[in-house]
Amino acid sequence: MAEITVTVNGKSYTRDVEPRMLLVHFIRDVLGLTGTNIGCETSVCGACTILMDGQAIKSCTQLAVQADGSSLTTIEGLASNGDLHPVQEGFWEKHGLQCGYCTPGMIMASVDLLQSNANPTEDEIRHGLEGNLCRCTGYHNIVKAVQYAAEKMQGGN
Amino acid sequence: MYPAKFDYYRAASVQEAIQLLQDHEDAKLLAGGHSLIPAMKLRLAQPPAIIDIGRIAELKGVSHDNGSIKIGALTVHADVAASNVLKSNCPLLAEAASNVGDRQVRHKGTIGGNIAHADPASDMPAAILALGGTIHLIGPSGSRQVAAADFFIDLLATDLHEDELLTAIEVPAQSGKTGSCYLKFEHPASGYAVCGAAAVVTLNDDGACAGASLCFNGVTATPHNASAVTDALVGQALDDAAIDKAVDANLSISDPMGDMHASGPYRIELAKTFAKRALKLARDRA
Repeated sequence: MAEITVTVNGKSYTRDVEPRMLLVHFIRDVLGLTGTNIGCETSVCGACTILMDGQAIKSCTQLAVQADGSSLTTIEGLASNGDLHPVQEGFWEKHGLQCGYCTPGMIMASVDLLQSNANPTEDEIRHGLEGNLCRCTGYHNIVKAVQYAAEKMQGGN
Repeated sequence: MYPAKFDYYRAASVQEAIQLLQDHEDAKLLAGGHSLIPAMKLRLAQPPAIIDIGRIAELKGVSHDNGSIKIGALTVHADVAASNVLKSNCPLLAEAASNVGDRQVRHKGTIGGNIAHADPASDMPAAILALGGTIHLIGPSGSRQVAAADFFIDLLATDLHEDELLTAIEVPAQSGKTGSCYLKFEHPASGYAVCGAAAVVTLNDDGACAGASLCFNGVTATPHNASAVTDALVGQALDDAAIDKAVDANLSISDPMGDMHASGPYRIELAKTFAKRALKLARDRA
């Protein structure tokens, strides 16, 4: 076992983990934060996307021990005081989901995208989210949701 | 999908990593983990020990010195793609890195891990070969440098010895009137290159070709250098017809890979098409 300390959504956790434990299992099974989903488990679908030190990563392709000392944000950490994050609000308003399975990862990847490109074009959104698969929406409303969030985050309505 | 059990060690320095490799037989180095962890989850790899080198700061970053650019092995693809030093002096490498995987993968996958893994469908090897790059290695008996042309030995096999660490990739800064291009036909689901083409073209003042290189990944087990094509271009005025003719007459790939995604002959046809597109775009950018 190895002892790791990570900050998740602002709260520090120290736990003993097996070195082979994947970060997504640590988040879900050890910390009980089940908002982060497991999809393909082969770093393709993006359902397990979280932010590690501010950058979107696929938590099924990281060992928990690799995250030692880092700061993570999961879908549970986005809303503040009950107010949805603009990206969450965008997915709500623009119907950016149907079954919802890809949504936590899709939202985390979108948050990361908007951090580096506050006003992406449609093409940049589609390219920026190429690491996240959705089998329901055909992506159109996801693009609209990200556009909604971009506008809102830049002070529009 | 858990990997098999292993012992975990974290190296704080290059020297410590070398020592750990000597102490633990069949140990594997872990950098970003984006080649190794998927292989371990599928039990294609079951190393008894993992040596995590991901925190060795001296192996990260891009530096430019005297016409030569050195990229630390632990530099992640996103940082290679965003590097102003590379975008100004060696845009081919930045362009190839921006094609690797997706946004999340580029945040974790490293250039050194990518090269050491030597996946034939990876985007980086052809670009590094086209640039005439050099791979820096270090082991218990010291450091050595290997030309990219000699580094890739076979499918997933390189000249990196079991007791060695890949520390950096060195490429020359481009000079003169030079343009480059990396293009690929990617597998629609995985994003891996079914055929990737890396081209560099340097023009004389009169617009004729002073030198060129063209390499492929995805087509053969190791990156393929189409030197017969580029040899035929030197000295010529590079209009579209000249490029088409040089590719059609000289591109010869005798040992293409074939699988369920694309047959060998189909990959060769892709190589021809992407060779022409990449050379023309590189010329236009020169």
